[in-house]
Amino acid sequence: MATTPEIRPEDYRSTYAPEEPGGDVWVLNLGPQHPATHTTLRHVLELDGEKVLSCTVHIGYLHSGFEKLGEHHNYNQYVVVTDRMNYVSPLANNIAWHHACEKLFRIELTPRCKAIRTILAELARIQDHLVCVGCSGLDLGGYTAFMYPFNVRETIYDLIEEVCGARFTTSYTRVGGLMQDVPEGWTERVRHFCEKLLPPALADFESLLTRNRIFIERTKGIGYISHDDAVNWGLTGPLARASGVRRDLRKDEPYLCYADNWDGKGRPAVEFKVPIANGGDCLARYLVRLAEMREASRIILQLTEDLPEGSVDVLPGDKQTLPRKEEVYFSIEGLIHHFEQIMTNRGHTPPVGESYGANETANGELGFFLVSDGGNCPYRARCRPPSFINYQCFPHLVVGHRVSDVIAILSAMNIIAAELDR
Amino acid sequence: MDHSIEEVLKALLSQFPDIDFAPAPLLEREDKSQEQICIRIPADRLVEVMRFLHGDERCRFEQLSDLTCVDYLDFPKARDRFAVIYSLLSVSLGHRLWAKCFVNDPAPEVPSVISIWKGADWMEREVWDMFGIRFEGHPDLRRILTWEGFEAHPLRKDYPLRGRGEREDYQVLDRDSA
Repeated sequence: MATTPEIRPEDYRSTYAPEEPGGDVWVLNLGPQHPATHTTLRHVLELDGEKVLSCTVHIGYLHSGFEKLGEHHNYNQYVVVTDRMNYVSPLANNIAWHHACEKLFRIELTPRCKAIRTILAELARIQDHLVCVGCSGLDLGGYTAFMYPFNVRETIYDLIEEVCGARFTTSYTRVGGLMQDVPEGWTERVRHFCEKLLPPALADFESLLTRNRIFIERTKGIGYISHDDAVNWGLTGPLARASGVRRDLRKDEPYLCYADNWDGKGRPAVEFKVPIANGGDCLARYLVRLAEMREASRIILQLTEDLPEGSVDVLPGDKQTLPRKEEVYFSIEGLIHHFEQIMTNRGHTPPVGESYGANETANGELGFFLVSDGGNCPYRARCRPPSFINYQCFPHLVVGHRVSDVIAILSAMNIIAAELDR
Repeated sequence: MDHSIEEVLKALLSQFPDIDFAPAPLLEREDKSQEQICIRIPADRLVEVMRFLHGDERCRFEQLSDLTCVDYLDFPKARDRFAVIYSLLSVSLGHRLWAKCFVNDPAPEVPSVISIWKGADWMEREVWDMFGIRFEGHPDLRRILTWEGFEAHPLRKDYPLRGRGEREDYQVLDRDSA
C-alpha cells in the first residue's frame, strides 16, 4: 500500500501568510474593480518589491444564491439560472444541467437531440477558449491578438442566435429535448464557420502569439503546477491537461455523441483527440486550449455531415417533455399537456433519489449533484463549478512570481466569477 | 455495480471490518454497471477511512472531485439532519465513489480532509458558510461566499428563500460616520 504524503499544516499556511515579513513589504489590493481581474475578484498581494510573498483571495462579490434558487425552481425553469453561471459559454451549462436532470429522470435522448447538443457543446467550447486565449494576449499587452478571436466569436453568437433567439442567455435545452429544432440551413452555416472562418482566424491569431518571443517569455514557466499537485488540488479541464493529467470526461465517462452507439443503430462515437501538455505552465494551458478548439471543430464537422433526422424531443406520448408552443396554442391536447407539465401539483416528477451528472465543459468538469424527494423541484441542486475548484490553488501558483505574472496566471486560468460565486 | 468499485468495497471491508459502510446506489438503474455507489462513514473514523481510500492500490482516489452537504430537514423518512457528501474520483483507475458522513444539531462538526486533499480547502469553507458545519482541523475556516459578520447559513432548509432582511438592514456608511 502506497503511503499518503503528509501535508503539514505549516507548509499549507505558508501560502497564505509568510511567517515574518521583513524589509520593504507592502500590500497591494488587486481588484475587485480592475480591468485585468476579468470580473469581480479581489486579491490581496503581499509584495517584496515586485515579488509576490503571499496572496489572499477574497471571492463572493457575485454570490447570488444559485443553489438556493435551484431548490425553488423546477427542472425546466432552472436552466435560465444556469445561463448566468459561466456566461462565456452558457450553452455548455444548459447542456450540463439537463444532462444531470436526465440522469435523474432516467431519460434516454433522441439521436437528433444528442447530435445537436454535441454540436452546441463544442461551439460553446470554441467560444469559451476564444475568449480565454484572446484575453491571455490582451492581459500581457497584446491588444491586436485579442481582436482576432473576438471577431470570429461574433459568428458563433450569430449561429446561437439563430437556434434560440438569444446571443447570450440561451436557455436552449429542456428536460428530454430542446426548446426547438435548429432552423433550415443552420448546419451548413456551422460547417461554413468551421471550414472557412475559424481556421484563418486561428492562423492569424497564432502568427501573432504562439511564436512571439515576448509572449513565450511571459508565459513559459509561469504558474507551474505539477501533475500530482494538479490532481490533488482538484483541477480539471485544460488546466489539468496542461499538467499532463490524462482525463477528459468525453472519453472517460462518455455521454451524448462521445459514446459509442449513440443513435441506437451502432453509430460509433465521434472521433477526436484529447490534447495533453506536460509543461504545467501558462504557455501549456494556452497551447492545450488552441488544440482543443481544432478538435472541437473536427467533432462539429463530423456531426454536421450527417445529422440524424427525427424529433428532438423524447416522444411526446411519454409526457416527459414540454410540448411545442404551436401545439400549446393551437390544440386542446397540447394545452392540457402543457398545463400538466407546469402545474406545481402535477407534472412529470423524477424518482426519489440522488444522482450526479457531469459534462466536460471548456473550464473543466461541470457537474450537478441532484437530490430529489419526488417533487417538481430538486430538493438540492449542488453545482460542482470548475472555476471555483480550479481557482483555489491560485495563491499557491502566484507565490514567488512578479506582480505582472499574477495577471498572466489569472487569464490563463480563465476564471469566470459568476460561476465562481454562483 | 462497476467491477473496480466492487474491488474498492472489498478492500474497505477487509481493512475496516468493524464499520458498517452500507454501500447502496444513489439511484437504482436498469443497467447495474451505471449505478453510482455511495457509502456511509461515521464522523469519528472519517480521516482514517479517507486516508486509506486515497492511498490504497485498489482504491487510489487521488482527487476529491466535490465536497458538499445536504440538509435533510424536510426530507421524507430522513433520520439525520446533515449529510456531508464526498465525491471521490480516481484519475488513474477511472472510478468514482460517493461517501456520506451524517452529522446533527446542535453543533455539527466533521474532521477536515485537507491533510489528504488540498482541494478540500475552499469546498469545506463553502460548506461551513452555507450550512454551518465546522471542519475540525481546517487551518483557515472563514466564510467564503458571504461576508464576515453574516450570521445565518443560507442553504439550510430553515433559512427562507428571500432572506431575513439582511439586504434591507445593511449598515449604510456616510461620509461622517466612515
